Amino acid sequence: MDKYITTPITAETTKGLRAGDYVYITGTFYVARDAAHKRLIEALEKEEREFYARLPKRDKNNGNLAQPEEEALKKKLREALPFPVIDSAVYYMGPSPAREGRPIGSAGPTTASRMDKYAPRLLDLGQKAMIGKGKRTREVIDSIIRNQAMYFAAVGGAGALLSKCIKSSELVCYEDLGAEAVLKLEVEDFPVIVVIDSNGNNLYETAIKEYAEII
Amino acid sequence: MIRTISVEEITNNIKEMCIEANHYLSKDMEESLKKAAGQETSALGRKILNQLQENLQTAGEEMIPICQDTGMAVVFVEIGQEVHVEGGLLEDAIHEGVRLGYSEGFLRKSVVRDPLIRENTKDNTPAVIHYEIAAGDKVKLTLAPKGFGSENMSCVFMLKPSDGIEGVKHAILTAVKDAGPNACPPMVVGVGIGGTFEKCALLAKKALTRPVNESSPIPYVKEMEEELLEKINMLGIGPGGLGGRVTALAVNINTYPTHIAGLPVAVNICCHVNRHAAREL
Repeated sequence: MDKYITTPITAETTKGLRAGDYVYITGTFYVARDAAHKRLIEALEKEEREFYARLPKRDKNNGNLAQPEEEALKKKLREALPFPVIDSAVYYMGPSPAREGRPIGSAGPTTASRMDKYAPRLLDLGQKAMIGKGKRTREVIDSIIRNQAMYFAAVGGAGALLSKCIKSSELVCYEDLGAEAVLKLEVEDFPVIVVIDSNGNNLYETAIKEYAEII
Repeated sequence: MIRTISVEEITNNIKEMCIEANHYLSKDMEESLKKAAGQETSALGRKILNQLQENLQTAGEEMIPICQDTGMAVVFVEIGQEVHVEGGLLEDAIHEGVRLGYSEGFLRKSVVRDPLIRENTKDNTPAVIHYEIAAGDKVKLTLAPKGFGSENMSCVFMLKPSDGIEGVKHAILTAVKDAGPNACPPMVVGVGIGGTFEKCALLAKKALTRPVNESSPIPYVKEMEEELLEKINMLGIGPGGLGGRVTALAVNINTYPTHIAGLPVAVNICCHVNRHAAREL
């Protein structure tokens, strides 16, 4: 069924969507892939180390924080990220350069599994949507369920067509990473398919089973 | 008679081929994708295949690369032994062509200088170049920009001779099943059987540059290509890995003599953007 949603993507949004839904998204995407994710996680780790170093000795308690400290840490970590992470949608993508007069070049999804190592960390801080293509690990699926998040696939190899849904693109940070820099995109009716919904239903598994004639 | 070819001619052709291959698919690929839409039984699969058609049209008309992963440039050079290259090194001329093609053609620079330090070279060089010395006085250049979504799902199996043809088929099906949605299906499956560890990988890569509507000239290999394509399309993976019949567009197999103790098999998977451009100078 075709559905239309806008960002920010909240728990309310993901609750209304199921694996297999064809969805058009309008709003803001943050773009990050391998090298950017590595830096985002390094920034979080640094912030976390500094937070623990500042804690009085009696509160350290093997890393188990009391509720108020836990919240204070989460706040610090969110601030360490270069974009507002709560209810955000992150697009796993590295565009080709834009020709003159265009916001972006070819802009299709990249393989999401390379971000599996990093994704749960960001979902735990409030990121709600991941847009990419390809399989995810059990850890990511568990994190999707825990955070009422969602994994969408865009059609891989349709970068020219998808670029037409991108209305503007601006650099957020990590310019030195070239095609892997973090970008902020404004998108209009960007077509995606819900692959893993907030209950952990996985279209890659169910759809393949439905059409398989041999195993 | 020795024929002279200048490095400028090599560079210019490589540059143009980088741009051409990233914006236009070869006729055989285009036709095969068109045909696929008619064979797909899943409604979502058909929708995706139609988007891929539309994507090709947009790419060509508006000069937007078909896929943002414009690949690492793989170049096959068949150089006639009567050819003399003048004005510099052939190797430098090819890298220069890639550098110009990727910067002037607004193609993505996806190459890092060192596999672990990972600093982008910012001009998509170096290319991966394979040379073959041939008879005659021509130079045949084949350029295949290779995206890594599918490259990452490729593999080499060092089978035993006793595994036989069934073992080979099983290995190929396993590779395709494992690749699934990650390799951007419908895919083209390049297979190399025989040779040594590195030779079979090269055979598989080269198999991807063979038109998808052309079969192996060896009768039993042609049969195997057809049987595997049918089996792969029964796996249910479908367009985008979201279920369906059209999982692969073709299986191209190349073979080579091998050792009495071995049966190497390489499976090089390519997405539906199976790009290549070829020219003879």
